[in-house]
Amino acid sequence: MKVLAVENLGKTYSGFEAVKAVSFSLQAGEILALIGPNGAGKSTCFNMINGQVTPSRGAIEIFGRNVVGLTPRAIWRLGVGRTFQVAAAFASMSVAENVQIALLSHHRRQWRLAGWAARFYVDEAASLLSLVGMKEQAKRSCGELAYGDLKRLEFALALANEPRLLLMDEPTAGMAPKERGALMALVAKIARERKIGVLFTEHDMDAVFAYADRILVLNRGALIAEGPPAAVRADPDVQAVYLGAGTLYGAAS
Amino acid sequence: MVYPPPLCGGGRYAIVTFFLVQFVTGLASASSLFLAACGLSIIFGVTRVVNFAHGAFYMLGAYLAFTLASRLAGDVGFWAGIILASLAVAAIGALIEMALLRRLYSAPELLQLLATFGVTLAVEDIALLIWGPEDLLGPRAPGFKGAVNLLGQAFPTYDLLLIALGPLVLALLWLLFRRTRWGVLVRAATLDREMVAALGVNQKWLFTSVFALGVFLAALGGALELPREAVSHTLDLQIITEVLVVVVIGGLGNVLGTFLAAIIVAELNAFGILIFPKISIVLVFLVMALVLIVRPWGLLGRAEAAARMAGGASLARWRPFDKRGRLLAALAVAAAALFPFFAGDYALSVATEVLIFMLYAASLHALVGAGGLVSFGHAAYFGLGAYGASLALKQLGLPMEAALVAGPVLGFAGALLFGWFSVRLSGVYFAMLTLAFAQIAWSIAFQWSEVTGGDNGLIGVWPSAWAESPAHFYWLALALAALAIALLRVIVFSPFGYALRALRDSELRAEAIGLDRHRLQWIGFAVAGAFAALAGALFAFLKGSVFPDTLGIPLSIDGLVMVLLGGVGTVSGGALGALLYKTLSIWVISETDYSKLVLGLLIVALVALFPQGLLGAVQAWRGRDARLQGATP
Amino acid sequence: MSAPAKLSVKDLNAAYGRAHILFDVSLEVAAGEAVALIGRNGAGKSTTFRAILGFVANRSGEIRFDGADLSRLAPHDIARRGLGYVPEDRRIFADLSVEENLEVGRQKQRPGAPRWTTERLFEIFPNLAETRARLGGRLSGGEQQMLAIARTLMGNPSLVLLDEPSEGLAPKIVEQMIAAILEMKREGLSLLVSEQNLNFAQLVADRVAVIEKGRIRFAGTMAEFDARPDIRDAYLAL
Repeated sequence: MKVLAVENLGKTYSGFEAVKAVSFSLQAGEILALIGPNGAGKSTCFNMINGQVTPSRGAIEIFGRNVVGLTPRAIWRLGVGRTFQVAAAFASMSVAENVQIALLSHHRRQWRLAGWAARFYVDEAASLLSLVGMKEQAKRSCGELAYGDLKRLEFALALANEPRLLLMDEPTAGMAPKERGALMALVAKIARERKIGVLFTEHDMDAVFAYADRILVLNRGALIAEGPPAAVRADPDVQAVYLGAGTLYGAAS
Repeated sequence: MVYPPPLCGGGRYAIVTFFLVQFVTGLASASSLFLAACGLSIIFGVTRVVNFAHGAFYMLGAYLAFTLASRLAGDVGFWAGIILASLAVAAIGALIEMALLRRLYSAPELLQLLATFGVTLAVEDIALLIWGPEDLLGPRAPGFKGAVNLLGQAFPTYDLLLIALGPLVLALLWLLFRRTRWGVLVRAATLDREMVAALGVNQKWLFTSVFALGVFLAALGGALELPREAVSHTLDLQIITEVLVVVVIGGLGNVLGTFLAAIIVAELNAFGILIFPKISIVLVFLVMALVLIVRPWGLLGRAEAAARMAGGASLARWRPFDKRGRLLAALAVAAAALFPFFAGDYALSVATEVLIFMLYAASLHALVGAGGLVSFGHAAYFGLGAYGASLALKQLGLPMEAALVAGPVLGFAGALLFGWFSVRLSGVYFAMLTLAFAQIAWSIAFQWSEVTGGDNGLIGVWPSAWAESPAHFYWLALALAALAIALLRVIVFSPFGYALRALRDSELRAEAIGLDRHRLQWIGFAVAGAFAALAGALFAFLKGSVFPDTLGIPLSIDGLVMVLLGGVGTVSGGALGALLYKTLSIWVISETDYSKLVLGLLIVALVALFPQGLLGAVQAWRGRDARLQGATP
Repeated sequence: MSAPAKLSVKDLNAAYGRAHILFDVSLEVAAGEAVALIGRNGAGKSTTFRAILGFVANRSGEIRFDGADLSRLAPHDIARRGLGYVPEDRRIFADLSVEENLEVGRQKQRPGAPRWTTERLFEIFPNLAETRARLGGRLSGGEQQMLAIARTLMGNPSLVLLDEPSEGLAPKIVEQMIAAILEMKREGLSLLVSEQNLNFAQLVADRVAVIEKGRIRFAGTMAEFDARPDIRDAYLAL
């Protein structure tokens, strides 16, 4: 089942074509990476899908519904989870409370004026936190979390929405190599179990090649390659504009 | 001030020339307004301090120029006086920056505001001490005493000089910021102070020089008005309001925008009185509200330039009272309930007033602390509550009990209306729009005298017979205030309160989990307004009257002072801040004629000593920084 | 090492609020040498740099640069002694042009340090020459990283602290960064480079210090490090 379909998507900023006629689709349970050099239009593309940027042209369908013109919040309400390049959580709350407010919002109870918020959805929050491996840290203040843990918490917040589509902007940015692998493995496992389609941008090629089912390569706003990791990696165009001579990745693989 | 000529006799030509002269006079006023406003804008841009004392510096410039220009005789003396006065005030500003603000740059922005507010209070009384309460008329400018003929109307040459000065200063500033190394450094520091230091620039002196330049411009603006307007000790608040409006309309940190906005505001002032005499006072604020609704960052301001004035800067965890906390709170209320058995009538009325302000401060604290929404116009809802209750009693003939409901209902309605616009903005712009709305509410109370009694207010607002005695009314206020503050705490820890805090902590993240910022903050704003209005309604019955100053800027600022003294980072320290501040200010006012000086210095001292607020200081003391000595690996 | 160290850090401890981050960190960089400080995210690399530069108020220990004690100096005084810093997130002045960004970094020449001019920097970073009038905020991530380095070099430093120069950059740009860093080394600059990317570190550094949980776990030459896969597995988990 298609969870996301993008047709001829384009964006022009005062004469500058940041994204040119990009088309692709994403199936439930599939993990799709969007890569390309800095300034290739990845972020613009990504932000059009999640509603932060209005497209100049083209169509975006999520779960078969046209979402062009919807606010990010409305898109989220359709069952879309998202994480940010720079992880952020609600710093004045505990780890568990962070998940609880996400659950409260998911169940549309954010308007309740009475009842201690910290007593709602205690079990659900605990099970989400153990799913991402943060059960022990539930009571900690999220301001004192290590960055990798913050990323995992953010993932739990996205999952609180019971998403069928996950949009992750550089999910492993700022993490150590081992943590990167662990997070991506977790994302992949949950995505397959729950049939969640995942679209992510990433600069860490180890994460991309190890965990993406399919890769899209953007350059100067246009899609220059699309396919499984091995094919993209061998593509001479992709090597020329993005991967380089492989000095850095030859050793790692 | 130019008054309209009799319109019947002059004919159409006379009207046209009259309006033209009025326009040119407006341009002349725009110049000194521009000088003061761009000083504020520059200071804000680099130091991120909203310098509330800017109006005080403007006033000092005018007073000092008055003294110097009168003493230094001769043609040169006048101009030397203007320049020397401005330089002297700039030096005072530099000293204040070094002694006070340097300690506060890393403190929450609101605290800097509080410190400069303290300076304003102190300066106002110092000016009163030195120059007395009378308005002072300065000498005319040598060489510019005459007038030129402008389409048959006499037009002062001094005004022409001022008109030329505005663009000249604008051009000089442009050159300074674009073509000198100092300017490049200042612009870099505006964007990232720490990085500038890492590149070897001594930013301490950079900040001091910027602050001195800004203050110099303010003082010059004040001094140059000397030949046109009388100097008085109320100039500071009058100017700071106008200057804030100008800066916000133009876009914070944008000098050209400030210039345009100064012209707009000066012309609105010049023509408002002619065209819309009924609403002349609010006209500027209405225009500002309109500009902000269409362009949330001012005419030429940019989104990223808008400083986040995050209220709850502290990220400490909040918890509801545990058993011990609840017990302590109950004991405190019980102890307070015993007060009438010891105290006389005067002490009781003072205590009741303190209780009312504790509720007022707690309502603002919920908005600022949990919501991160720093309102500069919270008094509007206090005042609406007071007027709502009074009008219900006087006009509708309702009993006190119903009036105590009517007040909060009116406050809630007002906050719904104003809040809808305000929450669309954030940071300093939110603060300024709330200020504008409060000023609009004030003007309505002031000018709609058929209903509100105008300046004379409404009197005879007395409680029902059962609550008439000071002790009974004290108990009523205690019960309502305690209940309301407890309710506010319940709301803070409810799902709704958590949603507001989530938006405060990380707006982007909160939106991404589906929280609707505008609607949640809108309702939060209105709820806080309703609680403030309850305090206002009680206040009206305590005083037996209500006046427009219950909606005024000073009361709004007082609320912020209380919240900040209590510590923004706490759940409800504002109530304790109110207890301290109100008791102190009532006592100081009874003891000295120079209460503003004492209070101002006290605020400055408190801020300098406890930059985290009082409760915040206690919390910080309990959980001190990690100690490094003897660290074991 | 026989020559006195250019930069020597001894028993450095640092904390933010109640969180103690660095524990007795000791490091040395000799003149003309490039040292890589490697460790995972949150291991204390950036905090080490910020503590050396005086940005962490709560710190103790000895920091000597050209023999002089830095521990009581303000950040700008430290920078003026020739200690350059390129932060992890680049921190370009977005509203200033490329040339103005460089102007902020400009300081007088100092003896014993290579001298840089705008023109020379444009030779090393040709992309910047083409964008000299453009606003910093309009540059791509790679161009910003180059500008950040060029801006620091304008201060004619004798030692540069480079915080994760490859983070977030496309692989091709990373290769250009490596070339630029090697050029700086040839000019005689001393370098302390923090990295998570081991391959990057191996290409630019003479010596390695491994940091984990705020403690130095290993220090030695690149060859010594290569001979210790246990260190790599235990602290870097690459």
